[in-house]
Amino acid sequence: MIARWLSLRAGDWAPYALLPLLVLATLPVMSFSTWLTLTVAGFAMGMMLFLMAAGLTLIFGLMQVFTFAHGAFITLGAYLAVSVFGALAGWSSATSWALNLAVLAAALAVALLASGAAGYVFERLIIRRVYGAHLRQILITMGGLIIAEQLVVAIWGANPLPLPKPASFQGSLIIAGAAIEKYRLIAVVLGLAVYAGLHLLLNRTRVGLLVRAGVENIEMVEALGYRIRRLFIGVFVTGTALAGIGGVMWGLYQELVTRSIGSEMTILIFIILIIGGLGSIGGCFTAAILVGLVTNYVGFLAPKLALGSTILLMMLVLLWRPRGLFPVGAG
Amino acid sequence: MRRGAAGPLDRLLSGDRPGTPLLSVLLLLLLAALALAPFLFPGTRSVAVAARICIFIVLAASYDVMLGYTGIASFAHTMFFGMGAYGVAIALAKLSAGWGAVLLGTVAGVLLAIVVAVLIGLLSLRVRAVFFSMITLAVASFALILATQLRDLTGGEDGLTFSVPELLRPGFRLAAEPVLGVPLDGRVITYYLIFAVSLALFLLMLRIVNSPFGRVLQAIRENEFRAEALGYRTVVYRTLAGALSAAMAALAGALMALLLRYNGPDVTLSFAVMVDILLMVVIGGMGTLYGPALGAVVLVMAEYYLQPAMAGLSGALAGWPLLPALFDPDRWLLWLGLLFVLVVYFFPAGIVGKLRERAP
Repeated sequence: MIARWLSLRAGDWAPYALLPLLVLATLPVMSFSTWLTLTVAGFAMGMMLFLMAAGLTLIFGLMQVFTFAHGAFITLGAYLAVSVFGALAGWSSATSWALNLAVLAAALAVALLASGAAGYVFERLIIRRVYGAHLRQILITMGGLIIAEQLVVAIWGANPLPLPKPASFQGSLIIAGAAIEKYRLIAVVLGLAVYAGLHLLLNRTRVGLLVRAGVENIEMVEALGYRIRRLFIGVFVTGTALAGIGGVMWGLYQELVTRSIGSEMTILIFIILIIGGLGSIGGCFTAAILVGLVTNYVGFLAPKLALGSTILLMMLVLLWRPRGLFPVGAG
Repeated sequence: MRRGAAGPLDRLLSGDRPGTPLLSVLLLLLLAALALAPFLFPGTRSVAVAARICIFIVLAASYDVMLGYTGIASFAHTMFFGMGAYGVAIALAKLSAGWGAVLLGTVAGVLLAIVVAVLIGLLSLRVRAVFFSMITLAVASFALILATQLRDLTGGEDGLTFSVPELLRPGFRLAAEPVLGVPLDGRVITYYLIFAVSLALFLLMLRIVNSPFGRVLQAIRENEFRAEALGYRTVVYRTLAGALSAAMAALAGALMALLLRYNGPDVTLSFAVMVDILLMVVIGGMGTLYGPALGAVVLVMAEYYLQPAMAGLSGALAGWPLLPALFDPDRWLLWLGLLFVLVVYFFPAGIVGKLRERAP
């Protein structure tokens, strides 16, 4: 019954078991309160990673465009957050939930619109001319990344900029003896909302149906008379807009914005896409949480191995399932 | 294919002539300038620039074997460069400042590079080609972290400073009297060591890409499916190309360590170096070997001499909004990035491809 509801094939339950197993397996290694703190931290990090990665998995899966410039939109979002929070500094420093949430909403809205617009320009100027040529896509988006990073530095300067959290988001709640940062809960709520929204969009609307069909078989969708190129633009703009709000959330989480904030995340995002399977929103969601949890658990148990552990996780997943945990389409 | 009259020059260039008069002249000028650099451009700084050009020619050419000839975009090339450099650096810093340590460090670095390249290649057997670039990016960042974390071995962020063998030290004098006004000190000897090894490696790579093995690599680039159907095990060839390219990069790294008498993450492992290599190969012309050589010259010269020019321009534009920031000397990469994108659009074959196109 559950298996049918999740539309599983026989023997395909193993990827779903990975996440609960990981969460349970770490419980005996540490105290309960530590475990709870780390698990919530891992979920929160996973949600922010999901925001940044969700669009890219569709761009890779549907458009077959291998862009290395996604990090530029994350960086843009983070720097826009610095500007918005700087302009509304009074709202941010007031100890009022309403004002603090308003400034966060303003930053998210600005980042959403600006990154989406930048994504539109990027698609028209750069991506459009290299559809179907994978090597040139990789090269040209790399060039786009260089230009975007340099432009960000030209506008905002080369020095790292502080981005303090609004007053009400600072500090922690104590639940069952575990300290849980308030900001992480906000990140979890936003991430879940975006996941739910994308899930509904993809599974309950006509556009979503076309996108999913396109991921599986692009020629067939075109043969049926749909203009797949328009979908491409929509997916690319959505993806970059999500990267922008991911950048806002991540910048606030780090409280420091550097020009390499996006390119540093790009590597984690690629790892998530590879683990989750290209083109799969559910796979991306699971893999993002998996990476967030592993980073936090390993970061606590053996701090030096944090990024190494996610790369190891990716290698193991690839040896086990070469096309990722939840592959989509014929590959 | 010019296989007919195999003169000594053709044999040296493995039958792969530059192809157009202009390109031949450019390359001859480059060769002459590099061969006589310490005498033509005396001064510590310009000799160091010439040595950098030699090293980056080897590094860019070895990347071209992967990117241009085999059609694989790897972002782990600096990792192999760093392995060679760290091999020499660690051997010289921890053992003794002798030739034995240089040899041991170089061999260790090259072997490590080959083993890692083969492992990456074998893993890419199982995954889609698309994943390869992403995996190399992840592995390269892992190597960077490893180099900064293993402080006892690599010196961490600060890197390693070490002594080189006596012959290569700046204080060493080969002859008491200067020759043509240039003292024959350790710097000049280091330069000629780097120049000779670089030239030999470049000619070796030219030999390899024009061998039957090289033809198979190009066949894989053009149509992997067809190459496989003709009976070539493409995975084996790709892995071999990767290992070869990695070994060459490691040798270039060993030369870099000898030149700088220092090695750290920023010099050989950073992503900025990877971007430089990419720019060199693409701007010069992928799949030509001569192209990356020219690209290396353009990039290294730009790094050293474009910045002062931009500083002047930035100062002249002082009154304008944003423009001074765009022409700030530290923004030189912005303009090269733009050039890169334009080259990928309009001249996918780079400088060399454009020159050859116009030749009859």
